[in-house]
This record gives sequence, structure tokens and C-alpha cells, in this order.
Amino acid sequence: MSVILSTHNLTKRFGALLATDDVSLDLRAGECHALIGPNGAGKTTFVNQLSGLLASDSGRIEFLGEDITTQSAAERGQAGLGRTFQITSIIPSMTLFENVALAAQARCGSSFRFFRRAVHDSEVNAIAAEALARIGLTGRDDRPAANLSHGEKRALELAMAIAGRPRALLLDEPMAGIGNDESDQLTDALLMLKRDYPLLLIEHDMDAVFKVADRISVLVYGRIIASGTPEEIRANAEARAAYLGEDA
Amino acid sequence: MRASVAAILIFALCAAIPVGAEVWGGSYLTGLVMRAMILAIAALSLDLLIGTSGLVSFGHAAFLGIGAYTAGIAITEGVTDLATILAVAVGLSALFALITGAISLRTHGVTFIMITLAFGQMLFFTFQALSDYGGDDGLTLWEQADAYGLFRLEHGLFYLILVTLVGLWLLLGRLREARFGRVLLAAKVNATRMETLGYNVFRYRLVAYVIAGVIAGIAGVLNANEAEFVSPAISAWQRSGDLIIVVILGGMGRRTGPVIGALAFVGLEEVLSSITHDWRLIFGPLLIVIVLFAKGGLASIVEGRRA
Repeated sequence: MSVILSTHNLTKRFGALLATDDVSLDLRAGECHALIGPNGAGKTTFVNQLSGLLASDSGRIEFLGEDITTQSAAERGQAGLGRTFQITSIIPSMTLFENVALAAQARCGSSFRFFRRAVHDSEVNAIAAEALARIGLTGRDDRPAANLSHGEKRALELAMAIAGRPRALLLDEPMAGIGNDESDQLTDALLMLKRDYPLLLIEHDMDAVFKVADRISVLVYGRIIASGTPEEIRANAEARAAYLGEDA
Repeated sequence: MRASVAAILIFALCAAIPVGAEVWGGSYLTGLVMRAMILAIAALSLDLLIGTSGLVSFGHAAFLGIGAYTAGIAITEGVTDLATILAVAVGLSALFALITGAISLRTHGVTFIMITLAFGQMLFFTFQALSDYGGDDGLTLWEQADAYGLFRLEHGLFYLILVTLVGLWLLLGRLREARFGRVLLAAKVNATRMETLGYNVFRYRLVAYVIAGVIAGIAGVLNANEAEFVSPAISAWQRSGDLIIVVILGGMGRRTGPVIGALAFVGLEEVLSSITHDWRLIFGPLLIVIVLFAKGGLASIVEGRRA
């Protein structure tokens, strides 16, 4: 299987704190690679480095065979590296549908269009409607995004991520703050997404992780201490001690 | 719907002013409305930055100055063709916006306000230093630009300003609803998300900054022809402040807000200054009341809550 996204000895330092410590990891076509670890392990820092919100101190990031280490977040997004946020990051002042349309618009022709009304942009609307349907949100939803329930906002994040027709997805705790029944639904959504996009999944919900992931890496204090199939991780003493022991 | 009706009524009312003024025998009102319409054009352009993009520029009067001085200097030097003057003013405004925007837009919040203010003041002092063109005292124009006989028609300039205002109002309204406007509006709320979706927010804002600058430059050209006088005061920071007040008074991010704000501003200035020389003593508290009680500005009263 071909490698879509990879890091090579990636490092990030905040003062004396080594937040990302020599991390080399890859994401292959068709797989879900989960990154787990206790709070403060540096998972979100790592995702921010991947998506370009944080500059790396050393090491290299490759995406689709290209070195993207020095590219801006916008360039990486434009190249097809999509992501979601642990803390919901949407446009609350716009409607649910507009949020998704905006994401679709980013990778569907130029947005330097000044006259034609975006509401009538049928190509963008079609992509947005499809993305919504796939996540299980219905059709043309004109509620302001600010008024959605937490679960709906989490689903909206996912819909926005796939409306950009990404080549790979970084999901930063998509289940954060979700109740039990909703988490089942989201797990199904993740299983479905996996069929179309390579997923780098950060998640605390171990049921979901073991159900969806093909490979799991365990991050502790910015360092990968174990990496392997779900079975291997389950059997790995170090990984259990660091994380699974307390949570699964 | 209600918003469009309100806008059409306002523009129709403006159009009727010169005719009505003849009946009442006062060309004074015509001049007043002309000034308000020019202010409205400048405020519309500033609202593209403040209301649509969330960029509070405190140096927008600089572009009024560029337009006005382009017209003033050209006419003084004998170049009176309006199309030429407009083309030069648009070019210079765009250039100034591109350079200052490329620098200012790397900053945010208060820093952005201060840096735009600084650029504005830079231009103000430049105009003051133009001793060949009136320096501090300003420059009186002995003729208007030549608009192919249009200005020789009675109220020719008035209707040129009105048509420009309505045209730009239409264009900027559409821009807000187009892909470009959507990106600006979303980036105002959550720029980080827009970046990760693949939008180079800086680039969109820079283009908005240039568009806004060019429109204000056009307003400056019109201003010079209306007043037949140009002085550095047109680009002073107080003028930039007035423009922000007009936008807030009318309603930020509302299509007709700047137009309503400009009419109200000029009207209030006129009425209040006839009561007292220190009219801003009354105007200030009034502005506070409007900001406190009509959150969307005067436009929210005229148009209803959501526009």
C-alpha cells in the first residue's frame, strides 16, 4: 500500500517541553491509523504540525510524495489535507449548509468570483449536499450553525472535512463530548469515511478506536512508544501501562 | 425584501431632491445631499472592510485624499478629462492599497488599526507638504473636470454621483453574496478554519482592501468636483474616524447601512450645528444611544432585525 502522508523525525519544542519528540509515522492509502495517548501527550500539537498551524522545529512532513514541511496551512488544505478540530471549529454565524458549501468551495474552482451569487452555485451545492447526506445530516439545512446541538456540530465538522474532497483526513477527537448513542452513529460514520479517505484518527473513545483503526500508535510525552495492529497494541505491556490500563 | 424596499425609497428620495429643491428654491439642500452621497460611497467601501471582513481600518480617508488630490492636481495642470482623472485615481488608490495592505494585513486587531492610521497620517502630511498645490491651505479648483458636457447640464454632477452610488451599492451587495464575499465573511469569524480548508485568507483580504481603496478613491474624485476645493483635511485621521462612525451609525455589515448612516450623519451635522457650534457634544451621546439600543445601527430600525 502506498504511503499518503508521512513524518520523518518530526520535532516540536515549547521552551523546555519537548511536545513532539522525533516522531516518524505514516498513513497509507485505505487505512485508518489511530494515534492514542494520555492527555497532554502532544497529540493535538502533532496534528497542528501536520496541518500547518504550527511550524516544526526539525524533521520533515511528506504528503502525496511532496515535502510540505514549510507549506502554509492554506497550501496544505488546497493540496487536499483535510482536518477536523477537537474543539469544534465552524462558522457559527452561517447556516449549517453554508458551512459545508464553504468547505466545498475551497477545492472547487476559484473563489475570486465577485458577482454570481454563491447560493446558486449548483456544483458547490451538490458537493455540499452529498457530504451532508454521507454524514447523516439531512439536505438543505438552513439553521444557523450556532444553534446546533453539540452532536450536530461534531457531525458538521466531519461534513466540512469531506466536502473539501480531501486526499487524507486528520481527525482530532471527532467524538469529543459525545454521548453513547451518538458515538455509535459517529463510529459508523468513521467506518464509512475509511472506505474513501485515509484517516489519521486521534481519539479517546477506545471502543471506536479498536473498531475503526487498522493500525494504532501510542504517543506518550511526545514520543511514539508502540505501534502496531489493534491486537498487537492490546498485547503490548508498555502501551497498556501508558494508556489502556487506565481507560480500557 | 424590506431592506430592498427601504433602499429603493432612499435612492428615489435622493433622486427627487434637485427637483424638489427647485420648488422650495434652495440649491443648498442639493449640495448637502451630494455630500452625503459621496460620504455614502466612501462608507460603503469601508464597510467592505469593517462589516464584511472584520478589518477596522482607521486610515480609509487616505484614499479620499488620493482621489481628491489626483483630481485637484490634474485640473490645476490642465488635464480635465474625467475618464483620465478617474483612471489615474483608481490606479494610484489600488497601488497605495496594495502596498499598505500587504503590510497592514500581516497584523491584527489594535495593531491593524494603528498601522492603517499611521499610513493615513503619512499621506496627510504628504498632502500638507505639497506647497505647489496649496500645501496646508488647500487647493481651489477654478473649474470642474470635463465629463463630456455632463457637468454643464443642470444637476449633471448630482446625478453622476447618485448613479455611481446606486451602482456601487448593487455591486458591493452582490459581492457579499458571491463566493468572494462568503470567504471574507467566514474568515471574519474563524480565519484558522478557513486556512485549514485551503483558503489563503491574507490574499482575499488584500483584494478586498484594494477594492475598498479604489472605491474610496473614486469618492475622492467626486468630492473634489463637488467642493471645487481640495485640502489635506480630507485625508486627516478625523475624517477616517467620521467614516467609521458613519458605518457604525448606519449598521455594520448591512447592505444599505452605510448609505443610511451617511445621510443621517450629514443631516445630524447640519441640524445640530445650527443649534450649537459644539454640535459633537450632542452628536456623541446620540451615537452612544444608537449603538446601545439599535445594535444593527439605524439600518436595523429601518430594515428590521435580519437583513
